[in-house]
Amino acid sequence: MTVTLKPVDAVLVGFGWTGAIMGQQLCDEGLSVVALERGPWRDTAADFATGFAQDELRYMWRHHLFQNVSYDTLTIRNNTSQQALPMRHLGSFLLGTGVGSGGVHWNGQIWRFLPSDFLTKSHNQQRYGRNAVTDYDLTVQDWGVTYDELEPHYDTFDKLCGTSGKAGNLRGQIQPGGNPFEGPRSNEYPTPAMAQTYAPTLFGQAAASLGRHPFPHPTGNLSQPYVNPLGAQLGECTYCGFCEKFGCGNYSKASPQTTVLPYLMAKPNFTLKTECEVLKVELTADRKRATGVTYVDSAGQEYFQPAEMVILSAYILQNVRLLLLSGIGEPYDPSTGKGQVGRNYAYQTMSSVNVFFDDKILNPFIGAGALATVIDDFNGDNFDHSGLGFIGGAYVAGMVTGGRPIEMIYTPQGTPAWGLEWKHAAARNYLRSFSISVHGSCMSHRGNYLDLDPTYRDTFGRPMLRMTFDFTDNEHKMSDYLTDRAAEVAKAMNPREIKLNRRTGSWSVVPYQTTHNTGGAIMGDNPGNSVVNKYLQVWGVPNVFSMGAGAFPQNAGYNPTGTVAALTYHAAAAIKSQYLKAPGALVQA
Amino acid sequence: MAGTAGAAVAAARHDGMLGGPPQTFTGAVPWQEGAADAPPGVSGTDFIFFTSAERAFIEAAVDRLIPPDPVGPGAVEAGVPFFLDHQLAGQFGQGQHYFLAGPWSKGTPQQGYQSRFSPAQLYRAAIPAIEKYVAATFNGAAFSKLAAADQDKVLKGLESGAINLDGGVDSATFFAMLLQNTREGYLSDPIYGGNKDMAAWKMIGFPGAHYDYKEWVTRHGERVPYPPVGFKGRPGWTER
Ligand SMILES: Cc1cc2nc3c(=O)[nH]c(=O)nc-3n(C[C@H](O)[C@H](O)[C@H](O)COP(=O)(O)OP(=O)(O)OC[C@H]3O[C@@H](n4cnc5c(N)ncnc54)[C@H](O)[C@@H]3O)c2cc1C
Ligand code: SF4
Repeated sequence: MTVTLKPVDAVLVGFGWTGAIMGQQLCDEGLSVVALERGPWRDTAADFATGFAQDELRYMWRHHLFQNVSYDTLTIRNNTSQQALPMRHLGSFLLGTGVGSGGVHWNGQIWRFLPSDFLTKSHNQQRYGRNAVTDYDLTVQDWGVTYDELEPHYDTFDKLCGTSGKAGNLRGQIQPGGNPFEGPRSNEYPTPAMAQTYAPTLFGQAAASLGRHPFPHPTGNLSQPYVNPLGAQLGECTYCGFCEKFGCGNYSKASPQTTVLPYLMAKPNFTLKTECEVLKVELTADRKRATGVTYVDSAGQEYFQPAEMVILSAYILQNVRLLLLSGIGEPYDPSTGKGQVGRNYAYQTMSSVNVFFDDKILNPFIGAGALATVIDDFNGDNFDHSGLGFIGGAYVAGMVTGGRPIEMIYTPQGTPAWGLEWKHAAARNYLRSFSISVHGSCMSHRGNYLDLDPTYRDTFGRPMLRMTFDFTDNEHKMSDYLTDRAAEVAKAMNPREIKLNRRTGSWSVVPYQTTHNTGGAIMGDNPGNSVVNKYLQVWGVPNVFSMGAGAFPQNAGYNPTGTVAALTYHAAAAIKSQYLKAPGALVQA
Repeated sequence: MAGTAGAAVAAARHDGMLGGPPQTFTGAVPWQEGAADAPPGVSGTDFIFFTSAERAFIEAAVDRLIPPDPVGPGAVEAGVPFFLDHQLAGQFGQGQHYFLAGPWSKGTPQQGYQSRFSPAQLYRAAIPAIEKYVAATFNGAAFSKLAAADQDKVLKGLESGAINLDGGVDSATFFAMLLQNTREGYLSDPIYGGNKDMAAWKMIGFPGAHYDYKEWVTRHGERVPYPPVGFKGRPGWTER
């Protein structure tokens, strides 16, 4: 029997970055807030202390902190002519679970999108003509929110995290040493940029010799101790090299645990319930309002939690699935182009160049999640695309996240994957090689989308999410062009040899790429082109808000979380200043 | 859906597939002293998963994947078979992080692992199927008795998927798992039973479980002189 609980002002579905930020914002307004998280409680001392955090087998390869796909996964295919099959093992992306979720085992690469990234359609059409965006069946569109509107919220997230970096554009003034292409920032980074190890330093020198504009990667791996506005204290990063895919044992990586939870957990009007999986958002009979959510806990008991407001903060894939399972909005149909929920799913287009020296010891194990020297000369529309046949771009980073030996032994072109030759190549190159990462945008396409699988169900009997996705010609052309730019820098470093790992063929679920899934619950300026308005409020069901990268109409050439967090603060500001006074649509349809 | 969802979750918990009991937190950061989630290392020297025939195959195969020579240890010297044995006997072997329910179909390479077998079941089905192929191809010989060049030929045939195996085993799927698990045993922390004496780490120059490199960040090009350290300390300190 379903137990009905005491009503609350707001229920948060999922408790990672967006749940933690929204929880803090709403609790500060005095609202009663309950967060429901399907995974366990997690903290530094118990779950990833320095005595055992640096365990590559357990965390990376045995997925100790990641979603357990044995009871719930999604199905995948490259196009509608194929039968979608379950993702039986994590690979291409590493979904989070538990308190803090991806915010625990992320790299801490903190980016802002470019002002022109928010105007993907109008900006590119204006500069390159109408066909620039309609070629290849691209379905890109403007966001309905601008960089200037988000800037104060990017700033808030930087202050929350204590982001280490060097500004390149302070209120319109270009600053030496920073990224000259970034949008204007209202403030310098809260803490100085990290010191760079040998490989990123060599990368920066080579890039500068080619006339590029290298700068230190902005990072949530802190260069010095920091106390944030919520009173949370972060320590100095020790470059342990077990950062991406691992929790930080040092309190020096910005995460919900290190930045928000000490403050939020102490609030009497906040309650967190772990091991509670939300099954569905419940609606009124006319489907114009949510009444709350139904969830089941790990003891098998089912509950109905009534709430005035439902915040979906369950990561893009689960947010979209919950919308579909709850019958909110119209599912997208790629054959007609009708419907919005699930439309414009996109990803990240990654490639790399490995660089091998004989005469230089690089010590790759001295690393951090966002330790890199970067060039942004070929990202977004920072360069002239005339005649190139694609839109979008990438940042190119001489990056050393660590030297974890199962994952990160680079061997030269033509080396077999096993045998004496492999072993000798490993012994020769481990200390003397590193990888340049090409982190590319991914435009949205008519054929790439999310819906419910007709065949496969999870342990709870609910249809799985089905992902239909492939890289388009636009992405392949972009990636090839950018990989060549990375190779130029690699060659300018005068190494013994380099190896190009181009982005070829169809998207595969097997090798890790990024956990930067986007779209499916996209934002826009009217219900005919989007699921949510610029405040992440669902069109037609105004007391449901959908957080996260699902709101991106297409993905830019940067990591998403800076923008995800800024959108969350932007939504919270509108809820606090307008919605709570007059609960209803914040934008008229 | 109501009742069945609850029953399914309770069953999954019972199988140790999911985490702990539901908990409610309010008004304070929860703090449990001494509750560290320590790594699940192994002890002893006994094999608990492989039969003797399976063990003979595994020892021969992994020593071709990473052969011994003066540059560094081979996979057998490094304890990889013992590592594999304990991994397959434990949660990894049982497929704790694999979705294994049907319906099954081969799928495209891009769709990844599509076997109905857990890792332990895959090894158990693959090894006799490979031995059957080897016996039929090499006059009844076992894989472990073949010349190294013939062993390599068989491994290459598995790797490319060119060899068809009985028992519902996809040869390329098995090879990919064997190679990955072999590297894991060779290069993971010794508490899991492989990487004996951290000799593989020594060979490549990885200092292991150090957590603080601050003083080395800007000492560009210098070799970090630390000998490798594991969770249980340096080779000299470990019980033998
Ligand atoms: C290895 C890795 C490295 C990354 N590095 C970077 C980086 O350097 N920079 C960057 O910008 N981004 C990075 N990311 C991405 C970043 O982690 C995500 O963008 C961010 O965590 C998303 O926040 P979220 O709140 O939307 O989702 P999450 O943080 O994933 O939180 C969602 C939560 O919802 C819970 N949940 C889901 N469904 C339900 C349900 N039905 N009921 C109850 N709870 C539910 C989940 O268990 C989870 O705890 C990385 C991700 C990974 C995995
Ligand atoms: S690299 Fe720095 S921030 Fe990352 S886990 Fe290690 S100590 Fe923490």
